[in-house]
Amino acid sequence: MQLSRRQFFKVAAGGLTGSSLVAMGFSPTAALAEVRTFKLARSTETRNTCPYCSVGCGIIMYSLGDKAKNAHAEIFHIEGDPDHPVNRGSLCPKGAGLLDFVHSKNRLKYPEVREPGTKEWKRISWDEAFTRIAKLVKEDRDANFIAKNADGVTVNRWLTTGFLAASASSNEAGYITHKVVRSLGMLAFDNQARV
Amino acid sequence: MALQSLDIAKRSATTTESPQARKTLEVAKLIDVSKCIGCKACQVACMQWNDLRDEVGTCAGTYDNPRDMTDQSWTVMRYAEVETEERGLEWLIRKDGCMHCEDPGCLKACPAPGAIIKYANGIVDFHQENCIGCGYCVSGCPFNVPRISQKDSKAYKCTLCSDRVAVGLEPACVKVCPTGSISFGSKVDMQELAAERVTELKERGFKNAGLYDPAGVGGTHVMYVLNHADKPALYSGLPADPTIAPTVTLWKSVAKPLAMAGMAAAALGGLFHYVMKGPNEVSKEIEAEVERELEGEK
Repeated sequence: MQLSRRQFFKVAAGGLTGSSLVAMGFSPTAALAEVRTFKLARSTETRNTCPYCSVGCGIIMYSLGDKAKNAHAEIFHIEGDPDHPVNRGSLCPKGAGLLDFVHSKNRLKYPEVREPGTKEWKRISWDEAFTRIAKLVKEDRDANFIAKNADGVTVNRWLTTGFLAASASSNEAGYITHKVVRSLGMLAFDNQARV
Repeated sequence: MALQSLDIAKRSATTTESPQARKTLEVAKLIDVSKCIGCKACQVACMQWNDLRDEVGTCAGTYDNPRDMTDQSWTVMRYAEVETEERGLEWLIRKDGCMHCEDPGCLKACPAPGAIIKYANGIVDFHQENCIGCGYCVSGCPFNVPRISQKDSKAYKCTLCSDRVAVGLEPACVKVCPTGSISFGSKVDMQELAAERVTELKERGFKNAGLYDPAGVGGTHVMYVLNHADKPALYSGLPADPTIAPTVTLWKSVAKPLAMAGMAAAALGGLFHYVMKGPNEVSKEIEAEVERELEGEK
């Protein structure tokens, strides 16, 4: 590029004016700054209990939309429930990451069965699942229930089946679970009522 | 300034004054390292709130995971096994992240107008839309906190959940902490809480317990209660007396004003020269003479 002496001065003066204006604060960008918009503003809050351990921390699940007919809810944030007496808003690292648990590809969403002799898991309905469990429980109990021990003392125990119940259940749910399982004579049993 | 949700105290690369009339509450986060169990709930809550997901890392023989802060991990737990004279082997765990300095080195070094904002409540926030990715904030930070993203070449760090604080909530890491190691409130309250805890720790035999609120950067809005406040370096290299690098101070406080004065002097000089001497005009005779000479050369 060929510049005459005069053109060079013009370019230099233009540059100087521009940088001076910026240096003096006459910046062309808008002098605004705003924090990121609060993402929970009008989302729907749903209370629940953390499904992991038997501490049973309260959580709040935040979902898209206001439950209007055409709005399809989708959980997009989960945090501790400050009004819950157990955790008062706090959570452990597993509970804090519950959102990724909800949306996990590996999450189990329906009953499945792997029948004896097969490698494949087969999807079944809840009705089929309950019927199958009840049938197998009865078969096993009928075959292995011990009413009296060798000394003739009544023991009413059933040792060949165990029961793993929900961790995050209320006192009432824990009481009922306990009643059902112990009435069957089952000894191997773990649930919230243990804590 | 109708769109502001928080009052601005300082703005990077801007010389115009920010509004000063309103006085908002100065907030602070207090991290009591003596109560921390290193569970990393704060790391998870930070990622959840800020919509970040770091890559799954590899184990390097310690609990540090990720091993350093990244554009996706704005806070990391640092685990240090140290031997002290008083207590033998100790496991010191520190939640590392932005300290939200009263005099932020990142903001001072930043050349992009409005990319770094310090709010009147003490929060130092990065505005990625104004960030030019130069990385000066990284060298300006006395705590080595900002990280430049590989994806968009912009700087990221802890915002102290400025979006939550703006609507009156505590930061996500504070809320989640199951041991109550992290607290949030007004800076004055946090200093009082720290003083109580320091007395307690001293009674329990930590005679050098103290509050970490370094004066070299004008105090911070993230403070630590340390059980060895005399040796902050034990906690994975926490600087004992952090200050803004002298090169940044020299550049922004000395060289830049001098250069501005130089530019102003040159502009004024040019104006005076124009007024006094006027443009350099060539008389018709000299022009004709030069043209004749040029023709003669051909």
